[in-house]
Amino acid sequence: MAKAAIDAGCRFYAGYPITPSSEIAADMSHLLPRVGGVFIQMEDEIASMGAVIGASLAGLKAMTATSGPGFSLKLENIGFACMAEVPCVIVNVMRGGPSTGLPTLPSQGDVMQARWGTHGDHSIIALAPSNLTETYWETVRAFNLAEEYRAPVILLLDEILGHMSERVELPDPSELEIFNRVAPQVPPEAYLPYATSGSHVPPMANFFTGYRYHVTGLTHDLTGFPTEDPEITEALMRRLDAKITDNLNGIIKYEETHLEDADIAIVAYGSVARSARVAVEQAREEGMKVGVFRPVTLWPFPGKQVAHLASHVKGLLVPEMNLGQIVGEVERVAGSTPVVPLNQANGQPIPPSGILTALRYMERK
Amino acid sequence: MSRPTKIENIRRECPLQPCTNFSAEEASCTAAPWDNRRVDYPDYLRNDKMPTQWCSGCGAGLVMKALIRAVNELQWDKNKVAIVSGIGCSGRMSSYLDFNTLHTPHGRTLPFATGLKLAKPDAHVIIVTGDGDALAIGGNHFLHACRRNIDSTLIIINNFIYGLTGGQFSPTTPVGSYAETSPDGSLEPTFDTVNVAIAAGATYVARSAVSNPRHVTEMIKGGLAHSGMSVVEALSNCHINFGRRNVSGKPEELIAWISRQTVSHDIARYMDEEQLKGRVVVGVLHHVETRPEYVANYYEKAAAIRN
Repeated sequence: MAKAAIDAGCRFYAGYPITPSSEIAADMSHLLPRVGGVFIQMEDEIASMGAVIGASLAGLKAMTATSGPGFSLKLENIGFACMAEVPCVIVNVMRGGPSTGLPTLPSQGDVMQARWGTHGDHSIIALAPSNLTETYWETVRAFNLAEEYRAPVILLLDEILGHMSERVELPDPSELEIFNRVAPQVPPEAYLPYATSGSHVPPMANFFTGYRYHVTGLTHDLTGFPTEDPEITEALMRRLDAKITDNLNGIIKYEETHLEDADIAIVAYGSVARSARVAVEQAREEGMKVGVFRPVTLWPFPGKQVAHLASHVKGLLVPEMNLGQIVGEVERVAGSTPVVPLNQANGQPIPPSGILTALRYMERK
Repeated sequence: MSRPTKIENIRRECPLQPCTNFSAEEASCTAAPWDNRRVDYPDYLRNDKMPTQWCSGCGAGLVMKALIRAVNELQWDKNKVAIVSGIGCSGRMSSYLDFNTLHTPHGRTLPFATGLKLAKPDAHVIIVTGDGDALAIGGNHFLHACRRNIDSTLIIINNFIYGLTGGQFSPTTPVGSYAETSPDGSLEPTFDTVNVAIAAGATYVARSAVSNPRHVTEMIKGGLAHSGMSVVEALSNCHINFGRRNVSGKPEELIAWISRQTVSHDIARYMDEEQLKGRVVVGVLHHVETRPEYVANYYEKAAAIRN
């Protein structure tokens, strides 16, 4: 992940030690000074998120990494990044919660927190890779999406991925497709920092480049200054939402396995999807027609794709390492197709055998 | 809902009670040599944002003018200057100044400023906060920013109260003072901002008061010119939310109350403990060049690693 961040152009990392994400900080503290970037260990999680936003405003691609309790603390400033439209990447290696919970054990308990954790209405991008090669690619994509949509992008890993060793095949960094924030095409005196044309994303001037403008967490108008005007506020809130929800095709990514003839579809993400794939192979050997739909982009949720899937199968199984979070999104779009949750929040991975048992149960029904 | 205030009572009990034996000589000593360079204020202001939202007579305006004069005297390029502010009355200042301005969440000025400065080492980063923003919700950041000694200037407008939210007591509200949340007098001991900053590692620490705007300018200018973490505490008047409940609702009377407590560092060193009781020392109280500045140090070390 650290290598992916550097390859994607990340040149600033601010973090705070927390299990199980500290390894990312350790790698970045080694790599960044060697590529002319900056690593800093801040006094707390809040501060590291603040420093990331500051560095991004000054023009550097910036990231931080944390886990459950730290993610809770970062959410205040993540909201600022949403409101002020500051590109940045936040890694959350999910562990058991709430509170201190299970620091060294995996969970998928922060899925809804990633979506709604910071206060107020906002849209968010969250990605959930399920193997190390994909983690590399999704990290690169996270930086690209952050720059393209001027938004915080959250990478949701779990402790299994965070501490996994497996063979990876990595590309030549020079061949990566890298997206950089769009700079304003107008001189400073004509620059309206939050005016858009043609897209929902305003061009971004970096600080100290001659464009002296105002950045605030307050609701603001096109000039960037605070306003309480209901029409301007509504327009801002709608645009912040639309820049994500009107660009689903550019953001949503998913993988389908054995779904062509499937009667039962498993909707699984992250490390659980690995178990799901093994379970599907075994179920197919037993003659069951099952497949896996794996959202790589968790937020915005690929609701249209899952709705289409639901209309073609007899049932949906949603295994999660939590007490049921993404299953709510599946139920919202599944119509009359039965949705079966399979939940486990005890810090242990969901094994293929557990998923297989659930599949047999659904098959019998 | 207004609560009855016992002004006489607070005047008796407040440890910052007015000192009446303040000689003319002492008063004149707090005034630093004055640079009469002409200041074109509109050149530094976002004039379409005037008038400010501050209450009439608010000390924040005096601090803003002092800051403009200090930047003007140093002839800094406006494009290279960032003003970072937080939440509270002080937080408004970033909207009014024609620099790169960043209005952060409550208490988070210093982390954002740290990111800016590390990303652009040649930028001038000035942080404007209040006593609640810097010392309560931002207290941890305050300690560690001083410890790192990043080249930036933190101006704390200390008006002894949470003004914007209606007058709740803050870490600097004098013991016994009345506030919206201390209707029977505040119980909490106060922070000694200057000594906390020095102990935490800031390398330029000064205190001033809006009763002497020239002195505020000098203290800020010294902080801006210093390479390292500089902290300037500016005692200021919130006559509306602190003064009306305690000393006086008139700005000039509250400023006079602040003024009567201040004593110049140059004079204070000849005063004994008894004489200094109830007085607040103003001036440059700590200035060292011996500690390495963080950002230059980082880039130097990083370059050495690469070579």
